Amino acid sequence: MFATLAAEAVSTVTTVTNDAAWFLENAWIIPLLPAISFALILFFGKRMPYKGAEIGITAVSVSFILAILTGVAWLDHRDHFELEKYGEEQAIAVSDGAASATDTVAYTARFVAAEAGEGGAHPYVAVQSSTQWLQSGGIEFNAGIMVDGLSVMMLFVVTFISLLVHVYSTDYVGGDRRYTHFFAFLSLFTASMLFFVLSDNILQMIVGWELVGVCSFALIGHWWEEKPNSDAALKAFLTNRVGDVGLLVGMITLFFAAGGGKTFDTIKINEAVVQGGVSHTALVVAAACLTAAVMSKSGQFILHTWLPDAMAGPTPVSALIHAATMVVAGIYMVARLYPVFWEGMQIEGSSINLLATVGAITVVGAGLLAFVQDDIKKVLAYSTVSQLGYMAMALGVGAWTAAVFHLFTHAFFKANLFLGSGSVAHAVHSFDMKKDMGGMRKFMPKTYVTFVIGSLALAGVFPLAGFWSKDEILVNTGGWDLLGGSGAAPGSYTFHFVMGMIGAALTAAYMTRCVYLTFHGEYRGGHAAHDDHGHDHEEDAAHGHHGEPHESGPRILYPLYILSAFSILIGFVNLPPGFLAGSKKDPAGWQERFLHFVEPAGSSYFPAVGHATPSWSLAIVASLVAVAGAGFAYYYYFIRLDRLSKQLGESLVAIPNGITTTNVFARAGHTLLVNKYYFDHLYTGIIAGFTKGPLARAANWINQNVIDGTVNKAGESAVQAGQLVYHKIDQAVVDGAVNLSGRVSDASGEELRAINSGKVQNYAALMFAGAAVLAGAFVILLAL
Amino acid sequence: MLLNQFLLLAAVLFCIGVYGVLVRKNGMLVLMSVELILNAVNINLVAFGTLTDDVGGAVFALFTIAVAAAEVGIGLAIVLLMYRNRRSIDLSEADLLKG
Repeated sequence: MFATLAAEAVSTVTTVTNDAAWFLENAWIIPLLPAISFALILFFGKRMPYKGAEIGITAVSVSFILAILTGVAWLDHRDHFELEKYGEEQAIAVSDGAASATDTVAYTARFVAAEAGEGGAHPYVAVQSSTQWLQSGGIEFNAGIMVDGLSVMMLFVVTFISLLVHVYSTDYVGGDRRYTHFFAFLSLFTASMLFFVLSDNILQMIVGWELVGVCSFALIGHWWEEKPNSDAALKAFLTNRVGDVGLLVGMITLFFAAGGGKTFDTIKINEAVVQGGVSHTALVVAAACLTAAVMSKSGQFILHTWLPDAMAGPTPVSALIHAATMVVAGIYMVARLYPVFWEGMQIEGSSINLLATVGAITVVGAGLLAFVQDDIKKVLAYSTVSQLGYMAMALGVGAWTAAVFHLFTHAFFKANLFLGSGSVAHAVHSFDMKKDMGGMRKFMPKTYVTFVIGSLALAGVFPLAGFWSKDEILVNTGGWDLLGGSGAAPGSYTFHFVMGMIGAALTAAYMTRCVYLTFHGEYRGGHAAHDDHGHDHEEDAAHGHHGEPHESGPRILYPLYILSAFSILIGFVNLPPGFLAGSKKDPAGWQERFLHFVEPAGSSYFPAVGHATPSWSLAIVASLVAVAGAGFAYYYYFIRLDRLSKQLGESLVAIPNGITTTNVFARAGHTLLVNKYYFDHLYTGIIAGFTKGPLARAANWINQNVIDGTVNKAGESAVQAGQLVYHKIDQAVVDGAVNLSGRVSDASGEELRAINSGKVQNYAALMFAGAAVLAGAFVILLAL
Repeated sequence: MLLNQFLLLAAVLFCIGVYGVLVRKNGMLVLMSVELILNAVNINLVAFGTLTDDVGGAVFALFTIAVAAAEVGIGLAIVLLMYRNRRSIDLSEADLLKG
């Protein structure tokens, strides 16, 4: 199919458009398959030979293939779209639409409308296929899909990671008591996320957003028998509700404000905003509210606290949901509604705004927190928070493509790291790096290599994936004025640039620490109590022995290999111009392919976002900063701590941390970090505590005395009034009337009962008499 | 046309039938009187059908005969059960519905 499409792309323009259009218009099949799989697994999963896993894997595999084909179709559509200016295809699309079902009419109508519109108006690049769901009060509720570069990219990421996670899970959660349930929810999550990224209207986005939240809740609490796990699930759910209020208010504002009001259509809203027809105040409100939604869903400060706790879920879930896909829903939503933020926050030409600042604080704040975590998954969780901060910051400073590109690369290397940590934890039955890991390099060399590749990609080492995307974000902040490399960045966000640089150093340093604690030094595990993992112990029997950890099986390793390969290579899809041969406009080259295919630049619903010229000096400085961070951590852990540990002949856990014991400020900082900036205290202790304690008591007092008093008084008055009404009106007037009518009926009945003799012939005589009277009347009437 | 004669015959039969239904105490005779009423109606139907040269009248008469057969089946069953329970088919005794 791939080859056929490619061949036809060269030969004839028209056929390809039709073939490609099929995939673009029918992308709704991609989320439908996992949704069906969810139902099938729920109903038949337990009876299947592989307990339902095979259904999920099959559905996601087919979705993955379809996603790739849709991607290929999109590449063709995007190139072709610009080449032909849509003259020819328009005619084809019209005939096509007339011949086929009504679903495609919307698609056709778009092109026609755009073509017939004011001169110079671009037709939509995005392919939208929607159908009317219902109509109420003059408002149309459509259900549909919108396929463009961004959604195609997300389709690929979600189906790809989901497929690998499905395969990985067959081993990782093998023998679990809710194995089938687990796969059912993986399918549901995949379906929900795909549904979300394909939405063509904000209403559908809200539905998808909440659906992934529910799946996240269910999967975090997969091992709900243990209280911390169900607490974590609740925390994730409740924290997200806070942001969801922002989402709802923001979306409602957009619904009423944009495009003359009352449209849910994403493209129409964006177009209205780009054309400047929307009140700035409404946009400010919408952008700020939606930022709150991003803060909860994508784990930005100060609503990030649920994400590290969400690591209570199984590791494949963390890789899929809490690293690669669901947590980027917020980023995706901003990218999707970018004009709202672009105008509402006045990103262009500015040097500070809410979204970018939230992101910048998250980058550094979460990066610091990663240093004090003993749990390997929590290190990665804070790292995810920090990287999501990069994405939010990038969107905030106007680096749309950089943000989306970072989302793309991050999905691969962070999934790689999470699955790697799962592989280690699978071997030692714990996530605690200090107590149960160390020296794992000897036992698990393959996992070690993939984990290091993921760490290098995350730290942004040339030429791995993270380098390209992080560098693009930094250069687009426009903060690189110092060496004159700012180019055409949309703004001049110096503060955010500095935070990004600090974040780069922190990332490299905490990953070095993580790698050291997990894989180097001496093995500290092997002692009793392997219960942290939360597994059923059936599986332990299969492992045979507890004493020495060993390398994981192929179903865990192959996903790691694949993800490592992607972590190395995926950055090359968006090489900066001037790298390797070819000019920027060379369509055969690799330069900025990602930008070309993903960013809807030049279309009527996307703002004119500037792109900074990549700067080699900046790239070198950023790399040096990262290397410095890594070097510092390397010196501290690999050399100093290793030496101390060997000299004292003790485990490194027993060695006191040097600086924190001697310097009061360092100790205060360490305490602050260990307590996670006291955010949890703020939420549970102060806010929840105040609500439960004084506020609840005050509310109770008001309730008892004021409200209940009023209610009681009203009640007593009502009783008195009722007594009066009862005696005077009900008893005398109403009952009197009823009794009277009863007596009348009784008396007349007594008179009439004589007729009812019970003798059939009397009745017959009456009937005949009646018939005779009627017949007589009939005859008389006729005669008249 | 002999229509008047047929109508007269039917009216006489009808009146005899009504008399039998209202006056006779014997259940069997009441049933037979009902048959008389029905056949009076049949005569009317056939007579008017012939007058208007319409076969519908005769067809309706056939339907009536069929329905009458069913009705008499039920009627006989009722009389039979009444006899079993009371050893009598005197209708004047069956007055359980007396108000």
